[in-house]
Amino acid sequence: MSIDRRKFLKMAGLTALGLSGTGAYELLKPGALEASHGHDAHGSGHGSEAAEDKNRTRWAMLIDMTRCEAADVEKASHACHHAHNVPDMENPKHAIKWLWGETYEGTFPDSHNEYQAHELEHKTFPLMCNHCDKPPCVRVCPTQATFRRPDGIVAMDYHRCIGCRFCMAACPYGSRSFNFVDPRTALKFEDLNKKFPTRYPGAVEKCNFCVERLADGLQPACVEAVPHVFTFGNLADPDSNVRKILRERTSLRRKLELGTKPSVFYLV
Amino acid sequence: MIEKALNASNRFWGWIIFLLAIIGVGFLCYLHQLNTGLGITGMSRDVSWGVYIAQFTYFVGVAAGAVMLVIPKYLHHYTKYAKVVVFGEFIAIAAVIMCLLFIIVDIGQPNKMMNVVLFPTPNSMLFYDMIVLNGYLLINVIVGWNTLLADKKGLPCPGWVKPFIYLSIPWAVSIHTVTAFLYAGLPGRHLWLTAVMAPRFLASAFAAGPSLLILLLLFVRKVSKFDAGLDAIQNIARTVCYAMIVNLFFLFMEFFTAYYSNIPGHIHPLEYMFFGLHGHDALVPFLRTSVLTGFISVFILLVPAFRRNLKLLALGCFLVFLSTWLEKGVGLVIGGFIPNPFEGITEYQITFPEFAIALAIWAVGALILSILYKVAITVREEEQIV
Amino acid sequence: MYDAGKVYLGLAIFIGIFTFGFYYSHGTAAPQPKPSIDTPEINKMAKKQCVEDTEFMRSSHMKLLVEWRDEALRNGNRTFVNSRGEKIKISLQNTCLKCHSNKKDFCDRCHTYAMTAPYCWDCHIDPNGGKL
Repeated sequence: MSIDRRKFLKMAGLTALGLSGTGAYELLKPGALEASHGHDAHGSGHGSEAAEDKNRTRWAMLIDMTRCEAADVEKASHACHHAHNVPDMENPKHAIKWLWGETYEGTFPDSHNEYQAHELEHKTFPLMCNHCDKPPCVRVCPTQATFRRPDGIVAMDYHRCIGCRFCMAACPYGSRSFNFVDPRTALKFEDLNKKFPTRYPGAVEKCNFCVERLADGLQPACVEAVPHVFTFGNLADPDSNVRKILRERTSLRRKLELGTKPSVFYLV
Repeated sequence: MIEKALNASNRFWGWIIFLLAIIGVGFLCYLHQLNTGLGITGMSRDVSWGVYIAQFTYFVGVAAGAVMLVIPKYLHHYTKYAKVVVFGEFIAIAAVIMCLLFIIVDIGQPNKMMNVVLFPTPNSMLFYDMIVLNGYLLINVIVGWNTLLADKKGLPCPGWVKPFIYLSIPWAVSIHTVTAFLYAGLPGRHLWLTAVMAPRFLASAFAAGPSLLILLLLFVRKVSKFDAGLDAIQNIARTVCYAMIVNLFFLFMEFFTAYYSNIPGHIHPLEYMFFGLHGHDALVPFLRTSVLTGFISVFILLVPAFRRNLKLLALGCFLVFLSTWLEKGVGLVIGGFIPNPFEGITEYQITFPEFAIALAIWAVGALILSILYKVAITVREEEQIV
Repeated sequence: MYDAGKVYLGLAIFIGIFTFGFYYSHGTAAPQPKPSIDTPEINKMAKKQCVEDTEFMRSSHMKLLVEWRDEALRNGNRTFVNSRGEKIKISLQNTCLKCHSNKKDFCDRCHTYAMTAPYCWDCHIDPNGGKL
């Protein structure tokens, strides 16, 4: 059977359309877009207003600023950075910070009350990733290297990260750090936590709410280091420790007007 | 047709070798960057995008400029542009390749680049950017090459190319809109969180792309026998003028919203860029020059007597290119990161390897443009002889 | 034939370059790698078995590790049930390298022979390695 060029091109075009059609369907069908929220297509990754449910988990961190001093922030930061082999880079431009201290003004920049209570105004606030319920970083990541787990933790998959740093631009809290150089140049083998890997140049990293410790039934490193300041618990369970505290204490969250719904609460 | 680029004067070859030398140096610096990491650039935890992404952002605009010729010629049959459109499309090809190269050198783990294709993420604007940039490159290669080939053979443009031509019009708008969406949807960066981000991108694109085209066409008039026609050039210049006016207008809109609302978060990035903030003023000379050259260029291009004077026209177009480059290629991206989310200021300073790599990519663009233009000029010259 | 001398010379150089691999190793094969399982943890075991049987691990440990990393990191599931029904904790550093603590004499032997350099070790630490 001989076929002329025109007929061939028509057939080839229709085939290509058909193939890409199924591909497009897979991509855009209902439920496929939830893929960026991790392995959960049930929709429970979408924020927790719907779920006042003991069986759901949304991890949250409470930080009691009335009992937090600068030395506590140092201690927590050291515990976190040691547990996760976070290097102390010489060049401040290449700094990698999972948990660090910031002034009151720096923590709440756009709502800075210059007539604030004296005690609060001079505190050092411990800052970390807020593990937002509606994280902008997850929205922008082109490879789903950062994704929101069903338990509320915004996780990083370093294997998939291409280092485009879009998430760093998107994060309104400055929680993310990039490995500009090999982090191992600033780490000594003897000081490492051998149970946890390092990262490599070209990947973005941040606080991970100690997922690896949670898997072993342990509390996050900062909570273990400074228990009188840090409290960790399940926000979705109305009877949990954190919910009880939040009902009684005044709390602040950073940049609430941006709609990110952060999970880190500062008790004042 | 590419063989037409091989028959050239010594001056042309000298230019090519010069470009190759720059590319060689930049390539070596890139190998150093692959070895050591992006720490060899001036980027930091606070200013996490720098020269590479800024150049990418600017050249997406230059690439979209071709549409300012395609619309009049193909939708409105403005025949004066008939000989000129392909030169705009070739600028688009060179510019898009530069954009793709700038993205590649900026990625921290380039060996993982295919992850963007392997794991499609419809909620991420970078995913769409990858699609629209590559698509625009493909469209321009198909259209530019085939229309030129048809001209060489003395035939009308083949029918199957027409859909691609019409597609290139909304597609040009899309490359810009998607790139603007990278910035305009980020909640934490006040400089970028504005509805006019995409319109600003389009306005500066429609000024920058055609102004580069005019400069190149005037240069081509001098060094070859091809004359694009003064009517065509004047019309393009008028387009550039109006686009630049709109561009400056949009900038004024930004100032009004920030300063009249008096919201500190909105004011601070603009203040840093144009006046300096808390003693930090590294970008101020660049941004002020951008505004000044912008106004001067509009003045030159608006007054017909100045615009008809080819030397002044060249100056005006150069100032448009410079003004838009300073605003997008230096100001916008870096300025968006300052102040940082804690209201602190970490300034940005380019390093030599970073400069060498960026310059090498400019040279790659110039190389592609030179070769493609040589082909196009030769075809046009041969047409005139017949 | 025009330029016969140049053609023959070019052919000779081409053949010389492309058969380099054969005559450089004098026609012998490189010795087969022998990964060593002589480690304290393995010596303690009554029945020396890995999470799966040797044949499977030899052919598919890379696939298993990729499945493990996606299960643990992306799906949050750090327990692997192997073909024998045993529950294994998913961890390269803490499970695999707990028994195979001699990375240089085990993992590296075959990897060096096959000229692969898996980038796992850019991040994952060999707990018994003295360097990074």
